[in-house]
Amino acid sequence: MAIAIVIAALILFSIAFQLLTPWWLTPLASNWRSIDTALDVTMWVCGFFFVALNAFLAFAIYRYRHRQGHRAHYNPESVTLERRLTVWTAVGIAALLAPGLIAWKEFVTVPKDAAVVEAVGQQWQWSYRFPGRDGVLGTVSSRLVSPDNPFGLNPDDPFGRDDILVEDGEVHLPLGRPVKVLLRSKDVTHDFFVPQIRARMDMAPGMVTYFWFTPTRTGTFEILCAELCGVGHYMMRGALVVDKQPAFQAWLGQQPTFAQSMATAGPSAPAIGGGDQPKADQRTTK
Amino acid sequence: MAYSTVADDTRALHHPKTWVGKYVWSQDHKVIALQYSVTAIAVGVVALVLSDLMRLQLGFPGALKFITPSAYLQFMTMHGMIMVVYLLTALLLGGFGNYMIPLMIGARDMVFPFVNMLSFWVYLLAVLVLMASMFAPGGPTGAGWTLYPPQAILEGTPGRPWGIILMLASLAIFVVAFTMGGLNYVTTVLQARARGMTLMRMPCTVWGIFVAAILGLLAFPALFVAAVMMMLDRVIGTSFFMPSLVSMGQQTNYNGGSPLLFQHLFWFFGHPEVYIVALPAFGIVSDLISVHARKNLFGYRMMVWAIVIIGALSMFVWAHHMYVSGMNPYFGFFFATSTLIIAVPTAIKVYNWLLTLWRGDIHLRVPMLFAIGFIFTFIHGGLSGLFLGNVSVDVPLSDTFFVVGHFHMVMGVSPVLVIFGGIYHWYPKITGRMWNATLGYIHFWVTFLGVYAIFLPMHYLGFLGVPRRYYALGETTFIPHSAHLANEAITIAALIVGVAQLLFFYNMIWSFFRGPQADPNPWGAATLEWQTPQTPPAHGNWGPTLPVVYRWAYDYSVPGAPEDFIPQNVPPDGASRHHVT
Repeated sequence: MAIAIVIAALILFSIAFQLLTPWWLTPLASNWRSIDTALDVTMWVCGFFFVALNAFLAFAIYRYRHRQGHRAHYNPESVTLERRLTVWTAVGIAALLAPGLIAWKEFVTVPKDAAVVEAVGQQWQWSYRFPGRDGVLGTVSSRLVSPDNPFGLNPDDPFGRDDILVEDGEVHLPLGRPVKVLLRSKDVTHDFFVPQIRARMDMAPGMVTYFWFTPTRTGTFEILCAELCGVGHYMMRGALVVDKQPAFQAWLGQQPTFAQSMATAGPSAPAIGGGDQPKADQRTTK
Repeated sequence: MAYSTVADDTRALHHPKTWVGKYVWSQDHKVIALQYSVTAIAVGVVALVLSDLMRLQLGFPGALKFITPSAYLQFMTMHGMIMVVYLLTALLLGGFGNYMIPLMIGARDMVFPFVNMLSFWVYLLAVLVLMASMFAPGGPTGAGWTLYPPQAILEGTPGRPWGIILMLASLAIFVVAFTMGGLNYVTTVLQARARGMTLMRMPCTVWGIFVAAILGLLAFPALFVAAVMMMLDRVIGTSFFMPSLVSMGQQTNYNGGSPLLFQHLFWFFGHPEVYIVALPAFGIVSDLISVHARKNLFGYRMMVWAIVIIGALSMFVWAHHMYVSGMNPYFGFFFATSTLIIAVPTAIKVYNWLLTLWRGDIHLRVPMLFAIGFIFTFIHGGLSGLFLGNVSVDVPLSDTFFVVGHFHMVMGVSPVLVIFGGIYHWYPKITGRMWNATLGYIHFWVTFLGVYAIFLPMHYLGFLGVPRRYYALGETTFIPHSAHLANEAITIAALIVGVAQLLFFYNMIWSFFRGPQADPNPWGAATLEWQTPQTPPAHGNWGPTLPVVYRWAYDYSVPGAPEDFIPQNVPPDGASRHHVT
């Protein structure tokens, strides 16, 4: 008896919690309205099933609690009822899967005009690379990573010389322009997570992963690592600043290119041990 | 038929002659079941304490000086691995499976009693190796229970010197133990059923454990090879999972491996593992509800097929744990669809539990309360799984507290409630004594309400974007102060629930020595395990002659029958309620 009342109370409590919660999705700052919509649809369908099933549970317990002289009904199965329930469940599932898959189609389709930026993870900091004037990112190799060449750029690759390198953990992006974020890790698996953007992806060493989004409002957003990457995981933070186009261009102009940073590092950069990589110190910039 | 004469030959049982033979190197499935259960619960208590320590750090950051970031990750990893593998899997299959299968199908023992004994001792070895890692230099591994390489075996992750090696060794040993047990459960169900016990007359408990054991035999090898390969990467420098990379600013010699290969292997094990835990719980709870509602399980055939279909589908959904791993994103379409298809047979199970209650005669005893509590938490956890399975909705929620809330509700709290219900339900048969009902009620209410207070708010912290596996949230602009208050409240609830488990242990231990003598069939259950000639059942279970089965396991409140249940071994005329001896 008490359990029936408590379950009814828990249904009401859960509904109240949902309506009054101070903790909900952060205000959206990207084009991913479709993800929020799919989430809302999922919430409605699941909420309906949660309330309906538990209300039935509470009522059944209340109505058929043991009383002297009562006896249970003998009813092994009902194929019709079970078939109907199966069909209606399938309809509910399809109703929430459809918007999910539609949003996912959008997720895997990167716009042709998307700008490219690379985010690089390492324990426990973020850095970023823009393709520079030629619009092409230079080739990289993890074997080339050294204190003087933290991005592991190939000094022989002409496309890499104008790449713009950002090492202080804060990256700027222009408002309203689709951006494809290429993700690369130098050491272990990380995850580029900005809650307000919704879209995100892991970055694993040995491969380049990606996702895309369009920033839809200016502001500063925290970047958190969301894949366990060791003891400093919880401190692996960065910042994403969405600017209007002129402010973004001004900021980008202040960042060094690969050529400039190698020049400051000087020609005495030490060679890295190991077999197959080109000698990094022989091809420093003029 | 040949099997009955062999099975009736009690001389084949090797009756133990000494105390050591009876209670230590025992080949009796019931003793082995208790050995498994006691070991699993003991190691589970360690995991429970670790979870409360984690909660203390999250609720009151920095209050306990010995919980460093390393220690936090180590507590987290050990808690997760112990709960999933060493407690839930071992207790549901090694404990409940061992005790229930032979009794419920009318066999004298497992078909390979010696291998069964070996299974327990190898499991104990796995537990000891795991516990040893806590005392190894550098402590246990803090790689997270998913043990993702490369970080699991590199500097920067706690337990790098020995913890990870002992963890991998322990897992490999566990798989050996599981394989011996699993083969036994499957073979016993297929070969040793009493005359008349057709597959479609087996109680759902047996069905759940049977399908879970098959799943385990298919899934655990993936974990085994993953553990061996990572061990080689760690110890002799192979590169199965290790691409060329830089560790702590130093170039390494690794080259050409794939971290995602490990994730695929791990989840090829890890997802079926969810059902290895869930299916026995589904089965047990079906029987509990039917017995205590005095009503036949509604839609038995559909329930059995649902177990089989869920088990089969569970092998095809593993990459829903990897939507944002960087695997080819087009996989998302397939795995989201296959994942959500599983929701249909799972929902059917929930409907049939509810329809079993409908027009029943519901006795709200302690085991039934736990079963009802399970229905509630499982509905909640199952529905939150639809968010995470629905690929694009998973993107903002992945690796947040929503995931923590979801999987604790669905595969932590739910199976644990069933385990409690199962223990209360079968305790009178296992010990011959009855527990204290008042303590049982208090234990239920504190646990049930407590876990909802713990895990409901976590879902909402996840919507907000609070990441999991964070030692401390620090100052983050999108996380309001109220979220920190939520963490404090969750911690307080977790401490209360943790302490409340003492009531359970006190009740079980006290009742074992002082509890009143139990009726051999106190709930009026129809399944065979309640029809043994002795309580607790003696070695060999059935006395001189095996039971013969005439009906399904759910003949409750049959119209015209003198009592509201008819045991499975009562012939159709219903004239005799006694054994065909």
